[in-house]
Amino acid sequence: MDPKGLKYYNELKTKGLTPEQEQEISREIDGGGYHGLPEETVLKSKPGTMVLPFGLDGIYDYHDLSKLQDIPRPMNTYINCMRSLDELLEQDKQREEDGFPKKIRVGRMVKPGKGGKDKIVVVPTTVEEKFIHDRIQRPSEEGESSGGSGEGKEGEVIGEEPLRAPDQKGGAGSGEGEDSPHEIESNAYDLGKILSEKFELPNLKDKGKKRFLTRYTYDLTDKHRGFGQFLDKKATLRKIVETNISLGNLPDPGDIDPTRFLISPYDKVYRVLSREKDYESQAIVFFLRDYSGSMYGKSTELVVSQHVLIYSWLLYQYARQVETRFILHDTEAKEVSDFYTYYNSAVAGGTRVASAYRLVNEIVNNENLAQDYNIYVFHGTDGDDWDKEGKEALPELEKILIYVNRMGITIAQHASNVQSVTSVEGYLKESKLLEEKPKLLRLDVMSEDDDEPRLIEGIKKLISE
Amino acid sequence: MELIDQHTKKIMEGCKERARSAGLCFQDETLEYIVTNRDLLEISPKLMIPTLYDYWVHDLEVLKEKGRYELYPGNPYETVINTRPAISFYNDNNPDWLNVMIFYHVLAHIDFFQNNLFFRHTWDYDFTGKALSDKRSIAKLRSEKGRWVDYVIEFTRGIDNIVGYHDELSRFNRYSVSASSKRLDFYFDVFLQSIVKLKVNEYVKEIERYNQYINEYRDLGEQSFFSEVVKKYPEFEAVYKKSLKEKSKQKQDLIQYLMENSEFLNKEKNIWMKTVMQIVRNTSLFFQPQIRTKIMNEGWASYWHETLFLKDGRIEGHEVDFARVNAKVTSLSRVGVNPYALGMRLFYYIEEMADKGKFAYEFQRLMDINHRDKYNAATGKGREFIFKIRENFCDSMFVHSFLDQDFVSRYNLFVAGKRLNKDRMLWEYFVKSRNARDFRRMIEDNLYHPPHISIDHDKSVDNTLYLVHHFEGKPLVKEFIFNTMMGIEYLWGKPVQLETSEVISVSPTQPQKDSATYSSLIQDTLEEQEIKWQRVVYTMKDRQLSRKTL
Repeated sequence: MDPKGLKYYNELKTKGLTPEQEQEISREIDGGGYHGLPEETVLKSKPGTMVLPFGLDGIYDYHDLSKLQDIPRPMNTYINCMRSLDELLEQDKQREEDGFPKKIRVGRMVKPGKGGKDKIVVVPTTVEEKFIHDRIQRPSEEGESSGGSGEGKEGEVIGEEPLRAPDQKGGAGSGEGEDSPHEIESNAYDLGKILSEKFELPNLKDKGKKRFLTRYTYDLTDKHRGFGQFLDKKATLRKIVETNISLGNLPDPGDIDPTRFLISPYDKVYRVLSREKDYESQAIVFFLRDYSGSMYGKSTELVVSQHVLIYSWLLYQYARQVETRFILHDTEAKEVSDFYTYYNSAVAGGTRVASAYRLVNEIVNNENLAQDYNIYVFHGTDGDDWDKEGKEALPELEKILIYVNRMGITIAQHASNVQSVTSVEGYLKESKLLEEKPKLLRLDVMSEDDDEPRLIEGIKKLISE
Repeated sequence: MELIDQHTKKIMEGCKERARSAGLCFQDETLEYIVTNRDLLEISPKLMIPTLYDYWVHDLEVLKEKGRYELYPGNPYETVINTRPAISFYNDNNPDWLNVMIFYHVLAHIDFFQNNLFFRHTWDYDFTGKALSDKRSIAKLRSEKGRWVDYVIEFTRGIDNIVGYHDELSRFNRYSVSASSKRLDFYFDVFLQSIVKLKVNEYVKEIERYNQYINEYRDLGEQSFFSEVVKKYPEFEAVYKKSLKEKSKQKQDLIQYLMENSEFLNKEKNIWMKTVMQIVRNTSLFFQPQIRTKIMNEGWASYWHETLFLKDGRIEGHEVDFARVNAKVTSLSRVGVNPYALGMRLFYYIEEMADKGKFAYEFQRLMDINHRDKYNAATGKGREFIFKIRENFCDSMFVHSFLDQDFVSRYNLFVAGKRLNKDRMLWEYFVKSRNARDFRRMIEDNLYHPPHISIDHDKSVDNTLYLVHHFEGKPLVKEFIFNTMMGIEYLWGKPVQLETSEVISVSPTQPQKDSATYSSLIQDTLEEQEIKWQRVVYTMKDRQLSRKTL
């Protein structure tokens, strides 16, 4: 626990805390930990034990090709799958129209690398459903038994295996099978490209002249005489009439006989496909992430996955023209410079949502962003806040709502307390801001166990018009 | 794909000679191909059968989280496939000595495919050829019916793991019975006992009467006996014929039953679907034995590549290279079950036991541990014995029959438990048990075993198809029930029900806080946890799934 957090805690304490709040807070304080970036985790084995690789091979994972001849599983190339992905999604759409539920999932995300080398794992996946036996869920924390050989008394610990694949620690989107060489790597930009849904930032306004946010659209807008892609009949007829008038071939405008028209090839007017610049306003997006101790585990994964998706979309759809800012907060907020740090910083400490909102306000004021930019704020949290009534958070939030084009708050609720309403959700509802400013403020509450389709659903909710 | 060059082929032929003289038995022709990464990309989703029908799921990564081998029984990275001639795949830069080792391994696999009785149904035809014609049929249908072909493939594949593989096998090697004595069996075993319900003395009289007829009329005895029977029981013939029909119905698996009895499939416009279903079913049957003999097959191949390689004079000077590769393949893992290592050691062990005559009754009768230890009848029949095992056993029988305490102790085997260490956030593996019974159970738990699901004709009323999942101590994967049943409903054309068992609760064992008290921990983990079950019925109607507790 850092001193500032403690100070805040003591402040709150003097104002009086309910026992539940006290409990909630002490849980985070006792959690310990620090906001480190993941290191290369090397398991140090105790004497007499060995470090086992992640994911043991079962009986049926042994194959002649790999064991005898060292031929690895073949790698599918990224290009191959890109092409088929479109077809697959099209096929899945058709499937839904035929009355069967969709079967393909695109997903399983990201491994942001240092220095902007974000690697994204995109695996179109499906499963063939059959009647098969399931393992019985054991209440104790025990895994499946396997075989072994060699020395050791019964009960002796002989090996250790990391809880998850080494390079995914602290990150989101870890999933089984992800570590397989079958995965297809690309960057966030490409992820945006292949995600089938198209989203647009809502409520864009003309603002600022510094830099234009440009998009291109392709349309049959340019006209071309003589040849082209699409005959503009009306324009062509007009031209023909013009030509015939100038030729004196149309003596009586009251009695026109089109069969006597002379038509020059040059009269034909076509429309041709051309690139049109779509001028739009510039935008800046703030990503806020709660990295307090309570965010341990899946809720962080979920929030971060969702932010990755939004980030990817923006990157692609606005051709890297959207500016992004990343803010992490526990009881204090800080801005970090890149997505990697934002994505990978480990959770620890207490929670004070107001700190993040205040920082956004400070940045916007100091840099005078409100005048020149469309501003978007996405905040991901598990809903815990030491400031239970939002006494601090709400005023800051209201300040944000003055200039923001859209603020989207995602609450990834812990599975353990799905029933109860979290602090953040509570004070947001209490404040009526959601009803008063539905265009500006959106809230999405999900459970930490939700999957990607639910995430995408959430994004729709957050940024729909 | 290219064939291996003449030089390498010559080595293969040399291996064949040596393998034959050692007693292995396989067809003369084999095909060996060099595979590139690109080839593998194409054929591995098709389970190494280059001519397998196309299906879109083959083109994308399939989620393998849950019971992957339960879903996909074929082996996607096998070196040799069970075709006629057998086809095997190689790296193009294997050194000669390595090829010799692999060739022996491959030949032993071929020997296994062609002699193990669990493969009996694959002996009479070449699967690649059949697959090619199937692939063409499906391609042709697809050009006519479009995506609906893929739906039928999908829905049939949804139930292709519960094909009647053993029923199919049991049709072979069945001693032939003539039609008349079947009638006789029915008359005495079923008709008189459960339909007419004769008293014992009358029943015995009836037998006597039959014997009289046989004595009197010899070959015509049975015929004239039944002409008398029909006078007494005019309904007999009808009842008998009906029973025959019902019997054949019971022998059908779900796919067959649907094909024969579904009104939907037998409409003229849908008849083509049955072709697709038949293809999926045959393909599944072909792959069934492979996964049921993994430990034996790899063990057998490892046994022979080791035995034959060391005797092969052509590769002198590469013993160290061989030892390195061989150790990698066949060493027992510290944690995990390596089928090569386990199977090979079991074959060696069985051979030794048989050599000493330890499977004989005389040995079984010995109680004195010293006598048992020293017992050696020097039968010299060990080799012969393992050839018999290779012919008649599958994995579960193999493990169940031969993996005993002596074997477990000799190789220091144990069941490795796995538990979460919360403080250090890692999995810990520990020696859970060195008892052969526990070890066997662990292996058996890991072996492929599809659920036993059959059709209950009595409960299938109002055109509803009623499936029963017979309880074997394991629930079904719930997430898969919807799509599988939706597929069956589509093929059946009417509602479908599935009766199965689900876990209500598992009595929790106390988590061990003090990791020093190992003995109590072992007791806890080895003790059966009490599981409460309930029977439930799922109903799929109009693509909506509902669930009811029985």
